[in-house]
Amino acid sequence: MKKSSVFENVEPGHPVEMNLLIKRYMEDKNENKVNLSIGVYRTEEGKSYVLPFVKQVEKEIVNDPNLNYDYQPILGTDSFFNIATQLLLGEDSIHIRNKNAFGLQALSGTGGLRSGAEFLARIMGYTTFYYSDPSWENHPNIFNAAGFTNEKTYRYFDRKTFGLDFDGMIEDLQNAPEKAVIILQICGHNPCAVDPTKEQWMKIADVIEEKKLFPFFDAAYHGFGTGDLDEDVFPVRYFADRRIEFFCSQSFAKNFGIYNIRCGALTVFTNDPSKISAILSQMTLRIYFLYETPPACGPRIVSRILQNANLKKQWIDTLKIMTARITRMRQKFQDEMIRLKTPGKWDYITKHRGMFAFTGITPEQAEILVDKYHIYVLKCGRINICGITDENLSYVTKSIHEVVSMTASKVNDIVEHEKIIQY
Amino acid sequence: MSSKLLQNKGLTSILATRCSSWWSSVQMGPPDAILGVTEAFKKDTNPKKINLGVGAYRDDNGKPYVLPSVQKAEELLAKKALDKEYAPISGPADFCKLSIELALGESEELKAGLNATVQGISGTGSLRVGGAFLASFFPGPKEIYLPTPSWGNHTPIFKHSGLGVKQYKYYDPKTCGLDFQGALDDISKIPERSIILLHACAHNPTGVDPTPEQWQELSALIKKKNLFPYFDMAYQGFASGSVDKDAFAVRLFIRDGHQIALAQSYAKNMGLYGERAGAFSLITSSKDEAERTLSQLKILIRPMYSNPPIHGARIVSTILSTPDLRSEWLKDVKGMADRIISVRATLRKNLENLGSKKNWQHITDQIGMFCFTGMNADQSTRLCNEFSIYLTKDGRISMAGVTSKNVEYLAHGIHEVTK
Repeated sequence: MKKSSVFENVEPGHPVEMNLLIKRYMEDKNENKVNLSIGVYRTEEGKSYVLPFVKQVEKEIVNDPNLNYDYQPILGTDSFFNIATQLLLGEDSIHIRNKNAFGLQALSGTGGLRSGAEFLARIMGYTTFYYSDPSWENHPNIFNAAGFTNEKTYRYFDRKTFGLDFDGMIEDLQNAPEKAVIILQICGHNPCAVDPTKEQWMKIADVIEEKKLFPFFDAAYHGFGTGDLDEDVFPVRYFADRRIEFFCSQSFAKNFGIYNIRCGALTVFTNDPSKISAILSQMTLRIYFLYETPPACGPRIVSRILQNANLKKQWIDTLKIMTARITRMRQKFQDEMIRLKTPGKWDYITKHRGMFAFTGITPEQAEILVDKYHIYVLKCGRINICGITDENLSYVTKSIHEVVSMTASKVNDIVEHEKIIQY
Repeated sequence: MSSKLLQNKGLTSILATRCSSWWSSVQMGPPDAILGVTEAFKKDTNPKKINLGVGAYRDDNGKPYVLPSVQKAEELLAKKALDKEYAPISGPADFCKLSIELALGESEELKAGLNATVQGISGTGSLRVGGAFLASFFPGPKEIYLPTPSWGNHTPIFKHSGLGVKQYKYYDPKTCGLDFQGALDDISKIPERSIILLHACAHNPTGVDPTPEQWQELSALIKKKNLFPYFDMAYQGFASGSVDKDAFAVRLFIRDGHQIALAQSYAKNMGLYGERAGAFSLITSSKDEAERTLSQLKILIRPMYSNPPIHGARIVSTILSTPDLRSEWLKDVKGMADRIISVRATLRKNLENLGSKKNWQHITDQIGMFCFTGMNADQSTRLCNEFSIYLTKDGRISMAGVTSKNVEYLAHGIHEVTK
């Protein structure tokens, strides 16, 4: 007789689309398979890439006689979050010197968003947050779990031009209530790959200041926007120079290639340095109740690299090489799609930035690509350009061409894609 | 660059103006007692100072201890040069399997795939994920009963997960031992289908554990009252020196047919405090149920941190799955437990030799990292102020901070403030 159980009524949860795709990809024996789903860097050979100086530093760490595994401070070490905040605002930033900006270690980008969101919801009592339409699927999950009760989107991607719907974005922000938290991706927007220009950022700052909104930057792709670390953080530095208070979540997952180490930071910019201890003490509690202290491994790696001039230079050069490869593949992909005369708009691909391309393919077309062509793409049409290599370029572009041509009647109606986007 | 743009906008004057701040109403959070102890200890210049607030194991020289088996595992991992790709949301499958096997041993439940196991951010993160799951899906009252006292962070972890927190009697300050009858009485009154938290071994903060016979009685009562046991096992192996002995209660409850929740930590038993390796498990009644509950656990984890930090988990998996390393680790953990057991005996003996009239038997009866000395707040404060011996006001001392070199001074201090 089946034993009764306290869990008998638990329904299965919705699987994350990304994870299903990855699982299918791993089990797929087809020799032509290509994974364009997950947002991780791939080499020319289509392989995962552990940065050579990361490997080197790990070997040093293992042989370090002073290494121990003691608990980190709850907010991480001073030296780590100084590094993180300096990377964001500049080494000689006046805001750091004047103690307007300070950081804390977080569980990668997600953790930075969650820690900040918990503080804003539970301590500041904020209820409303906005994310771009579309955005990373986990953004609303994080803020809802942190205690926000009112979820809204602002227009962002223009599905006719494949560019930024700037007027729509500004209008939506102007209609946002005071104290609404606005999630803003600083560069390499996930999933659209469309970023505001500098002038547009300035205008966004105007509205945010005027309407008393609270900006929460997401710097998940710092370094992958333009390949230039300082250029990528323009919006953050601009807001700081205008003394507009903000939070910024930083991830070292992509720019150091240490995805599973979960290393990140949350930088806080405040106009009132006298409030720092109070803010930090409240953050300390939120983190303590979630996971007590952050993992030590990430800061060990990142600090060693950023505090060594030679290794730091290698890192900066490597980012440029990685983004140059992505830019090259963007161009080749775009050229091929245009050469093949694939129905639809393709000339915007090289205007976009970051790891991704938003192809405009429909969920049905995406499904066919996965099922019949073993090319793993998300239903929203986002592809990871990093997954394209010289070797698979022809297969990928021909396949997309075939699928899109075959269902061409659907292409000219740019379908309203689901907001469900994965990393 | 951006200041040039600001000049163009004619806004340079803003830089000179003090802007208003969002944070003016933020209150200072309550200070943490243990952090306070550590801060005070750091500032003290007395060469004889002792830090008994430390929650991490120290060797007999008072130094942090990297387990030799852990060092070897790190070296093996460095050679393997594994990738840094995202781990699954629930953590690596081999880590999860090895963890629940360590806890349950040979188990029919595991063979039948009845467990839903996820990696957690050490013990705390695992407790939190479990708390969040129960707050969403537990069909009974969303309340958890904690022993009195319990680890300070249990209450806020569960409250912030969304559970109400209540107590049951546990520690008897008169005997510095278990108030077993009080526990049984209180547990009898807990409403059916409530959640009860149990420390699997080395109760934190008292060091007081039930005997095997008492565990059997507890298991029977909890079954009779249809309560849901949630085990916190932060010290498996670290308490008695034997991973099997320390898992006795957990394994007993499984054998007795309870469905349990279990949070595990590798912070103490592998010395991986800062690497945050732990696991949360549910033992369910069917494979299908295990899959459903696992899917919901993943949904809870994703908005916390997406997927877990892998480094500590890889060390754990390497050790548990490599026979030589596993044997070596079992010796390492026994070594730590033995040092603590030995220094407990020495402390007690010293106090007795100093002619103390108090009964110090509880020092050796209690087990694990902590010892509830029975000293009150005044006595604890005097120990800090007069002897530079730092402990929390509840009289709890961390045995990890006691060494063969400082135990005499410690005994002297305790004797002076309690005689």
